[in-house]
Formats: sequence, C-alpha cells, structure tokens
Amino acid sequence: MGITQEQLQALKDRARRMRIDILKALSGCGSGHTGGSLSAADMVAALYFYKMKYDPKKPDWKGRDNFILSKGHAAPLLYTVLAHAGFFDPAELCTLRRLGSRLQGHPDSKHLPGVEISTGSLGQGLSVANGLALAHRLDKAPNRVYAVLGDGELQEGQVWEAAMTAAHYKLDNLCALIDNNGLQIDGPVAKVMGVEPITDKWRSFGWEVFDIDGHDMGQIVAALDKADAVKGKPTAIVCRTVKGKGVSLFEGKVEYHGAAPSKEELAVAMKELDEAVCK
Amino acid sequence: MTLNVATRDAYGDALVNLGKKRNDVVVLDADLSGSTKTSKFAKAFPERFFNIGIAEQDMMGTAAGLAVGGKLPFASTFAVFATGRAWEQIRQSICYPNLNVKIVASHAGVTVGEDGGSHQSVEDIAVMRVLPHMTVIVPADGVETTQAIEAVAEHKGPCYVRTGRNKVPTLFGPDYAFKIGKAHVFHEGKDAAIIAAGIMTAEALKARDILKAEGIDAGVINMSTIKPLDTGAVLEAARRCGAIVTAEEHSIIGGLGGAVAEALSESAPAPLVRVGIKDVFGSSGDCDGLMKHYGLSAGDIAAAVREVIKKKKR
Repeated sequence: MGITQEQLQALKDRARRMRIDILKALSGCGSGHTGGSLSAADMVAALYFYKMKYDPKKPDWKGRDNFILSKGHAAPLLYTVLAHAGFFDPAELCTLRRLGSRLQGHPDSKHLPGVEISTGSLGQGLSVANGLALAHRLDKAPNRVYAVLGDGELQEGQVWEAAMTAAHYKLDNLCALIDNNGLQIDGPVAKVMGVEPITDKWRSFGWEVFDIDGHDMGQIVAALDKADAVKGKPTAIVCRTVKGKGVSLFEGKVEYHGAAPSKEELAVAMKELDEAVCK
Repeated sequence: MTLNVATRDAYGDALVNLGKKRNDVVVLDADLSGSTKTSKFAKAFPERFFNIGIAEQDMMGTAAGLAVGGKLPFASTFAVFATGRAWEQIRQSICYPNLNVKIVASHAGVTVGEDGGSHQSVEDIAVMRVLPHMTVIVPADGVETTQAIEAVAEHKGPCYVRTGRNKVPTLFGPDYAFKIGKAHVFHEGKDAAIIAAGIMTAEALKARDILKAEGIDAGVINMSTIKPLDTGAVLEAARRCGAIVTAEEHSIIGGLGGAVAEALSESAPAPLVRVGIKDVFGSSGDCDGLMKHYGLSAGDIAAAVREVIKKKKR
C-alpha cells in the first residue's frame, strides 16, 4: 500500500488534532497519563487512519484487525483515536475517569466498544495479541494484530515469554510497536532498569525489527507496510519517541508521565498545537 | 471403595470428546501436558493444541487472546502454577474483561505426594474464589469431572476446575446430572451435615459409615461448585442438622470451609468445624500417609463430626 503526500499530511494533522483532544480530556479530568499518550499518538494515528481494517459501527466485525494497547495507561490516546474513528461520540471524551464513565482510568473492554481487551497491568498485552494471532491463523483469516508496548514495560518478564511464543509459532500476522520514549515514572528507563539494546533483544528473540523515528509519519507508514510483507516471523517496530511529544511544556519531562495539564498549561498547549504547522 | 479413575484422566478424555463436538475448542499447556492429560487432546487435535512452554503467565494471556478471537480455550498446568504464578494475569486479562477462558488445573492438594510442598497447592480455591466473574468447581470423581467439563464449555465466562493426580472412587452413577452451583445431597442426615468437595467427598461417605455404627446420623453433601456456592443447600443442612463439618483438601482458610462459614454466619449461624489443611504448607510423603498427617482421613472427619455435635449441645 502506497501513500500520497496528501494522505501523509492528513495523517499528521489527525495526530495533531488527536493530541488536542487527549489534552482536553486529561485536563478536564485533572489526572491521567499525559506523556505516554502523546508519545504514542503518531503511531496510533497511523494504525487507525492508514493501516487497520475495522468498522466502528460493528466493533465485533470478524474481519477487523486488532489493536491492543499493552501500555494501558495511555488510555486517553486509545479513547481519542476510537472517538475520532467513529466508535463513539467525541463528546464522551470529557467523561474520562469519572464515576460511571465507560472511559475508565485504564481501558475496560467490558464497557467500551472498540477496546479489544482490558489492560493496565503492564506486560500482558503481547500475550493477548499472540492469542488473537493464533485464532486468526486457525480461522485461516487474513486479520492482522497490532500491539503497542511501552519501553519501561519491557522490564516485565512476561513480555519476553510472549516474545518467545510469537517467534516459536511464527506469528507473521503480528506486529508490536515499542514506544521508546525513554522515561518511566521513577525516571529515565536507562537509570531505573536499562532495556537497551532494544532492537538486538527483539532480533535475538527471532523477530524482524525496524528501528524508526516514531514521530516521522513517513517512516511509521513505511515500517507498517514492510511488516505486512514479513513472512514466518513477527515484526517489532521500535519507535524512538519523545515523551510528551507535541507540546514543548511536556516534552521529555518525567513529571508528566502520570500528571494531567492544569487549565493554564492546557491553554499554552492548545496555542502551540493550534499554531503547529504540520511538517 | 475401589479406585477407578483420576479426575485429571477424566478431564483429558472429556477434552477429546469436546474437541470432536466443537472445533472452537483450543487447549494450552505449560510443559505439563503429559501430567495434566491435555496430551490426549494434543494427540487428537495437534493444530488446536498450543504448548506455551514453562511460561504460565504468557499462557493465561494467550488464552485470553484466543477467547477474544472467538475460540474456547482450556488452559492447564499444575494448580499451584496456574493459580499462583499466573494469578494477576488471570485477574487482569481473563476475569476483569470477563473472558470465556477455562482454567483446568491438575495436581491440586497434598495428594500430589512425593514432590512435596512446593508442588502441593492448598491455596488455589481461595485465590480463584476471590476473583469477580470466576466460577470455581472441584469435582469429586471421574463422572462429575466429565460433566463439569461439558458444563463449563457451555457456561459463558471464566471458570476454574480443580483436578487431582490420583485415582479416586467413582461416586456417581450414569444418571447423575451435574449443574454449576448445585450441591448434591448424598444423605440428608440428622445430627450433623458434612459438606465436602473433591477427593474429600469419598472420605466423608466413609466417615458417615463410621459414625452410623455409633448411632450418629451424619448427612453428606457434595459441594463441587465452590463459587457460586449453593447457599440454599448449606442453610437447609444447617437448619436440618444444626451443625456443619466442611471437608476439603485445601487450606481451611478461604476455600470451601471459608465459603460455608461466610454463608452460615450471615444467614443461619450453626456450629462449624472445618476439616482441611490447617494453615501450613504440604510436604513429601505417600498419599495415605499425607492424608493422615494433615488430618484429612475419614477418621478425622468423623472426629470433627463428634466435636461439632458437642458444640451444638452447649
């Protein structure tokens, strides 16, 4: 699948508008995970508005591709992309984290259509993605499975159990995207518990690996296309990203891992995102 | 009583039958398929069997994904690893999203024998029972295991079925009809009622015979579904007999004894004595020796009945 310059531009603008809605929802709630929602926004926009097959009117459509947000704390990003994709009214985004809302602090598949499985406890999404990939293979169906993992999340042992399983069963209908923003709650990943060399690790586990700039929409799209063509093994796309990407106030700041923007910060962020020229 | 079939063997055969009837059934194991008896399914349906290796956490997550993908997964390993090692995966990826995953564990309780305390799960019922959406079943014999496997396949939602390593007597005839959440009353009794599950139901029936010779009429109720508990059967027995003994090959904390205590204390307070593992770990030994050492024999249940009747008369 090729992409035109116009489509690429539209994707970039989509990601910019998603960032606006993510921050509005977070600020309205007063809590939530800002940094990791923004760092993964470009890859998730590309998945939903370029790559994946789905029908928002029929969230359980058998022919759909599956998206698993293994780093469940980026829930505001998942909710925003689902709302933009038409799974529910974007007006509902303002209910984020409120009592009775379908938009729980971490994704809850029981209540929100479009969420394939509840996540939040780290390290579990890739195993679930493996199960889905195996189900599609049993059905001889062409559906593809995508999972987004955090880099701090790679510290969980279960991730590497799942990495072995995916390679063992040659799950070439599976693609994992690693949001390598370099920060976790307690500080830089490299200081808390180093996970590098990430690409070597995945390669040595038997995966095809692409190492890209996770904010370069052209690179994201190209890597997703290349993953389609990989046969006999799963693909990991290591996306080098910046935590809080898109708003200079939040970029690279560990403080915004689990904090929402204040009203004042939101105003500054909105100005920057509204004025952002999509390059 | 003659020993006929281990509940794990009945599970293995039931899985194969289920696999013939339904092609959405898939089975996962964590390198113990020869012991859990999922190897029978693996042989019959190799394309629908997934060995995940010694990685129980990944196995539970993979089972969850297969369920999301429309399959009916059965995940098996030893009870201690299934429920202990992978507890939080069962919580987050199976129970919280209420997925249709069946966890059938083998080698539960101290009758694992010589392998010792590290491998003897005496906490699994407690840690599964506490999870919302989870159904917990402890079959007493091969007949009940076969029917329980068919029942959990029809039931929508996560289920935990506990099986054992050793051959057990067959207690149920072909006319038995297992139903999730329904106790089976073998004997109503008058002086006290023994509520038992798993291999302890056979011991309870033996205890009844011991007590009968002493002129004590002890009821025997097989409570194979620990959750949802057949509260009606518990309260009825309490009102009828005025005293209850529970018997399980599990810690007396949080399992069948715990569940019955909760039901009794809220609705029909009656003296209760819990037969089970007394807040200790298991150890190596032969099965009969271990049953006696941990106070799980028919004689121990009979003693508990005498004790609870004394409490009643106070």
